[in-house]
Amino acid sequence: MTDKLIPTASATVGPYFHIGLTWLNHTEMATAATAGRQIVITGRVVDGNGEAIPDAMIELWQANAAGRYDHPEDGREDKPVDRSFHGYGRSRTDNDGGFRFVTVKPGPVPGPGNTLQAPHVVVALFMRGLLKHLYTRIYFADEAAANAADPILGLIDDEGRRATLLAQPGPDGTYRWDIVMQGDNETVFFDV
Amino acid sequence: MADVVGYRREVPGSQPPHLHAPYASTVKRAPTRPLVYIPHTLSEVTGPVFGHDRVRPEDADLTKQGAGQPIGERMILAGRVLDGDGRPVPHTLVEIWQANSTGRYHHERDQHDAPLDPNFTGTGRCITDAEGNYRFVTIKPGAYPWRNHHNAWRPEHIHFSLFGPSFMTRLVTQMYFPGDPLFPYDPIFNGIPDEAARQRVICQFDLGLTEPEWALGYRWDIVLRGRDATPMEK
Ligand SMILES: [Fe+2]
Repeated sequence: MTDKLIPTASATVGPYFHIGLTWLNHTEMATAATAGRQIVITGRVVDGNGEAIPDAMIELWQANAAGRYDHPEDGREDKPVDRSFHGYGRSRTDNDGGFRFVTVKPGPVPGPGNTLQAPHVVVALFMRGLLKHLYTRIYFADEAAANAADPILGLIDDEGRRATLLAQPGPDGTYRWDIVMQGDNETVFFDV
Repeated sequence: MADVVGYRREVPGSQPPHLHAPYASTVKRAPTRPLVYIPHTLSEVTGPVFGHDRVRPEDADLTKQGAGQPIGERMILAGRVLDGDGRPVPHTLVEIWQANSTGRYHHERDQHDAPLDPNFTGTGRCITDAEGNYRFVTIKPGAYPWRNHHNAWRPEHIHFSLFGPSFMTRLVTQMYFPGDPLFPYDPIFNGIPDEAARQRVICQFDLGLTEPEWALGYRWDIVLRGRDATPMEK
């Protein structure tokens, strides 16, 4: 049996990650050709003082509108891959801590056992001052029934905190979702 | 739907905590509530895959991005990307960024009073080959001051970003050089609790990788999270 290697230690992206990482910025994840309902997710990242974090990077990973991941380990042939949609997004935050992604609302995907997960987007968060990235998820507040049955949201014991993962619908397919690092509305981050 | 095979969890001491007060910026940015443990689902074990269409071979040579040659000690940096079982991670994106040889970043917010080098942007990327190998040609970065505490200087380092086969294997880190006198004073390096884990983020000089009359060679292997054993069928 091979000895298990311990993964390399993480470090912060630091304040100057833009020079190395913004070439892969991808905020227009969906095009007019992409199947599904086009949506715009905007928000802000704020620190424990409620101040903008202008040097964060957000990455998104999601299924397409049919609930299929564009990845070799999702081989469900009843759910079509959409050639115009990969499901990956990357954005730096602006001077006000803001970010904006144009994407499609993901379809539901399988969860543990025979469960179904509500539509969601997986988020990886990087910033100066964060020695290892954090994972969280975006759910959609207008999917109340699916959210209530979601096996992952159900693992958040403090029901009030589940709301920190709900993007709130606005006009014209817009959703608002903020990331709060500390305090009363501190975003739920996952131990994965 | 069968349950997915997840990725192995963090080995205690091998990764930095979110709150590490000597690194002042962690204090208002680290979560204060415990992270919520969740199992790995299809959403976790999948992730973005990037092909060679996004990266050109010349993106791995940081000494050829300007009209002339950058100033500094030319170096070859190579190694392997491995998973937790020691198997190579092939065809995965590796992104790097760094200061120039004077310790200055080609970035608008870097106001360190050291010269920019018009021939050095400090950014590179490549895709690992079928055996998980990566290779860059660059200039050895300089140390630089920061304002974390009085007389604070970062050891020489190169920033790395990797993806691996899933969103769970994502890694952003910094690689250091052997024998740096700034190690004892750097709260980012020392944010890694275990001494052995700190040693693993230091590259090694490699005479075999060194090219005569041209460039010093340094080797650094990177380990991404490994996979759980396949669960028994119920
Ligand atoms: Fe740096």
